[in-house]
Amino acid sequence: MNAPVEEAVIRDSKKRYAAGVLKYKQMGYWQPDYEPKDTDILCLFRITPQDGVDPEEAAAAVAGESSTATWTVVWTDRLTACDSYRAKAYRCDPVPNQPGQYFVYIAYDLILFEEGSIANLTASIIGNVFGFKPLKALRLEDIRVPVAYVKTFKGPPTGIVVERERLDKFGRALLGATMKPKLGLSGRNYGRVVYEALKGGLDFTKDDENINSQPFMHWRDRYLYCMEAVNKAAAASGEVKGHYLNVTAATMEDMYERAEFAKELGSAIVMIDLVIGYTAIQSISNWARKNDMILHLHRAGHSTYTRQKNHGVSFRVIAKWMRLAGVDHIHAGTAVGKLEGDPLTVQGFYNVCREPYNKQDLTRGIFFDQDWADMRKVMPVASGGIHAGQMHQLLDLFGDDVVLQFGGGTIGHPAGIQAGAVANRVALEVMTKARNEGRDIVNEGPQILREAAAWCTPLAQALEVWKDVTFNYTSTDTPDFAVTATVS
Amino acid sequence: MRLTQGTFSFLPDLTDAEIHAQVEYGLRKGWAWSVEYTDDPHPRNTYWEMWCLPMFDLHDAAGVLYEVNSCRKAQGANYIRLVAFDATRGVESIQLAFIVNRPKVEPGFALERRESSGRRIRYALQPHATRQPEGARY
Repeated sequence: MNAPVEEAVIRDSKKRYAAGVLKYKQMGYWQPDYEPKDTDILCLFRITPQDGVDPEEAAAAVAGESSTATWTVVWTDRLTACDSYRAKAYRCDPVPNQPGQYFVYIAYDLILFEEGSIANLTASIIGNVFGFKPLKALRLEDIRVPVAYVKTFKGPPTGIVVERERLDKFGRALLGATMKPKLGLSGRNYGRVVYEALKGGLDFTKDDENINSQPFMHWRDRYLYCMEAVNKAAAASGEVKGHYLNVTAATMEDMYERAEFAKELGSAIVMIDLVIGYTAIQSISNWARKNDMILHLHRAGHSTYTRQKNHGVSFRVIAKWMRLAGVDHIHAGTAVGKLEGDPLTVQGFYNVCREPYNKQDLTRGIFFDQDWADMRKVMPVASGGIHAGQMHQLLDLFGDDVVLQFGGGTIGHPAGIQAGAVANRVALEVMTKARNEGRDIVNEGPQILREAAAWCTPLAQALEVWKDVTFNYTSTDTPDFAVTATVS
Repeated sequence: MRLTQGTFSFLPDLTDAEIHAQVEYGLRKGWAWSVEYTDDPHPRNTYWEMWCLPMFDLHDAAGVLYEVNSCRKAQGANYIRLVAFDATRGVESIQLAFIVNRPKVEPGFALERRESSGRRIRYALQPHATRQPEGARY
């Protein structure tokens, strides 16, 4: 058993299926000459094999353990068309500047997956292999979903274009704010914060991810007071306003009850947290589609597995799964705010959400061409430690199809919440106008803001109080390819 | 009150030169401009009256401003907006829309509250202006 074994794939059936243990390469999971089909699902893994483990064998093992294999030969394989069910690791490249790490490309036949099911897609690909002992670490870096599989999903219930039409808001980014403090406000006091922020000029306010239904504020009270605030602010401005009512709950049944109440009260939008799980997300997405409700997703919990480059799942993969599962908004990073996000990597996430067709773009971490087959687009959300003084950077990085959320940056304004909202709205409109006029907002941004601050006191105050705020830390999740890399 | 619909409503009213610059931006992007007016500023009043068809073949900002000013002569008492339409696949919608003319006085909205069961309230916005018949609103 421990004699040096021949490494190449065993083609003789009798030998291949004799009881015993073979290397994954021998079992046929490494096929360097395999040409991926248009209907295959392709995954890119970043693998760190244990010392002494051959990278191609590790690649084959990942392919095997995320498809049909197990650790020993089983005769029952022969009851299946096993050659076609087997995933194929077809390429293995060292990661630039990371000794011991390899990019491994694996192709999965379409037959392995249930139509329209993110739960099944993920159970297959990440359900088993990440704990595998011969690997020190494993990350699902990117995924190519074939059009044949994209078409089995319904995608975002509303999408960017229809959302804008429903809000009657075009030509600029949307503005939001998470209500602060994160926890503790009662329903009536919470509604006050919503009213002030919306009246001041934001388009949306939102529940925080952990605001569900706690002893200090029951969900029904929150919904009633929030809709009073939303409608008062709409009457004061003549605009469509919204508050993302969080319908996250302990069970699906409770979620439906909350969503129905939100609808009854006339809310335009509800929100859910990623922690409800893939199945719940698809269910509530179907409900949102049937009930004309915009669906906002907070990516609660993702950083536990998206942040370290060596192990976990890249957020770009989560964003793809969520576009398929069907959400209208997704938190995708700010680059310049308080939470993790390298600018180029974050732009890659935004492109996954918004483009009709992603072309390979290694400097932004997009490894595959991805055709979305006219699936609706997800509005990315930038939220976390951003303020009006950064408006030129935010607009330059992300463009117009984004929700910019300034929670602390509205509520923490020295002259009050309405002033905070005015500052953000004026900063956004003046920067958008300047960009359209052809001004160089990257370099002239601060000057453009100062010019507006001359006639807008709230903006002047905001710029003064937050003028020294930056979050300069080394990013943990940076692209592997610099701008001069050639496409292979 | 000041109706804050449209992309630039929080800024001082745009001058004709500033409007010209925005129109040029839209033309560079390949969008088609149209001029619309209304005396009903309710946010769910989607279809403002078309002053003219979308100007698909007008690629000259001066021409667009000419239409804006013609509309101001005829409908200057009402709200007028410029709307840029993008026919690209996957968009086929408006990309930019902003108000270029306002009534001298904007009375705003009343918020109507109709209570149903529990503490549920059905809300409706009633523009003060639309209490008057058309032609007598502004």
